[in-house]
Amino acid sequence: MKVQIKEAAMKAEPMFTSQKRRGVDTASIIGWVLQGGVIASATVIICGLLLSLVTGTQTYTMPTSIEQFGSSLFTFQPQAIIILGILLLIATPVLRVAISIFAFWLERDLKFVVITTLVLLILITSFLLGKGGA
Amino acid sequence: MTLPLLTMLLIFAGSIFAGMLGALVGLGGGILIVPMLTLFFGLPIQYAIGASIIAVIATSSGAAAAYVRDHMTNVRIGMFLEVATTTGAISGAFLAGLLAPQLLFVIFGIVLLISVLPVIVKLGEELPQRVHSDRLASWLHLSSSYPDRRMGKEVAYEVTHTPYGLAMMYVAGLLSGLLGIGSGTLKVLALDTLMRLPMKVSTTTSNFMIGVTAAASAGIYFARGDIQPLVAAPVALGILLGALLGARVLNKLSNRTLRLIFIPVMAIIALQMVLRGFGIGL
Repeated sequence: MKVQIKEAAMKAEPMFTSQKRRGVDTASIIGWVLQGGVIASATVIICGLLLSLVTGTQTYTMPTSIEQFGSSLFTFQPQAIIILGILLLIATPVLRVAISIFAFWLERDLKFVVITTLVLLILITSFLLGKGGA
Repeated sequence: MTLPLLTMLLIFAGSIFAGMLGALVGLGGGILIVPMLTLFFGLPIQYAIGASIIAVIATSSGAAAAYVRDHMTNVRIGMFLEVATTTGAISGAFLAGLLAPQLLFVIFGIVLLISVLPVIVKLGEELPQRVHSDRLASWLHLSSSYPDRRMGKEVAYEVTHTPYGLAMMYVAGLLSGLLGIGSGTLKVLALDTLMRLPMKVSTTTSNFMIGVTAAASAGIYFARGDIQPLVAAPVALGILLGALLGARVLNKLSNRTLRLIFIPVMAIIALQMVLRGFGIGL
């Protein structure tokens, strides 16, 4: 009996969180973005791998420009499809930061709208600097 | 570069384990991925490092989806501290040409080795006691709670030393910009030892943060051609699967067990750093 009560308590929403809840909360929005990104990238990578098994391994030079990458993608070169999947994976955390701004805004949490916007701006700056790290 | 199918399957299998471990302790799978690819499969070090960057992002996003929705991760703390890690990384990237990386690896390794001590001292502690939120933490509403399935209850916690935590995150970002490492260890240390979060919240919040760190540096590795699709693909898929499994396991462990797993992993990373400083790549 005691165990059942505990189980029920576990299933209930967290009791003490400081996050305000109005139907949608930041955590579930962020969770969906991450899961969506992961599923999309895994699917694309698996397609690329399967295609490379069917067509056999072929020489592939890493694209150096967007045009080159685009053309290798449209000719369904397996490694280009894998790269697309990997790019989706890299984009996922960045997208997570961007969506969080919106999620905090929904919660009317202006301090965190500012903080998250700042993180996104710093990230964009580091991309533009092209020096890496972050 | 092309790889035999069997090699790719073995890399996939090894990556599942790396993803599980990484998801539990809040670090990228890099410490396991790099030695596995270089020592076991004989791949060039730059391809191994390129794949490990992808591994960090996969570990982070793969496990974070579950951790965030389970309210294990403290999203607010993660977001707030990312201001410091990203700023630190940009500074680090600018300083990179001015400082000798070898010396930095040795210093960082030794600092990490010393930092193992407070974690060992706290080994028996299941939850932090007598922690009171500082002013910054209160102002930003950082204190929260997480559902501990092992204890079968919701555990409320406070957050302290937030400004120091922020400073340490700046250093963590600085080091990742300088040395091209994920520095998840420093993040866990800052959250656990300084800010006194429960261990599970520390590792899941670090796990949440490392994806952003790695995503920003992934661009250069891509441009350099270090990310080889046929190496990165089995790593990414294996890590994603492992991270999902790890995320399921975490809540069944006690904070004490988690710390017990973290300590040797951290010691190995520290030794790897020192060795890299002396020019021995592992």
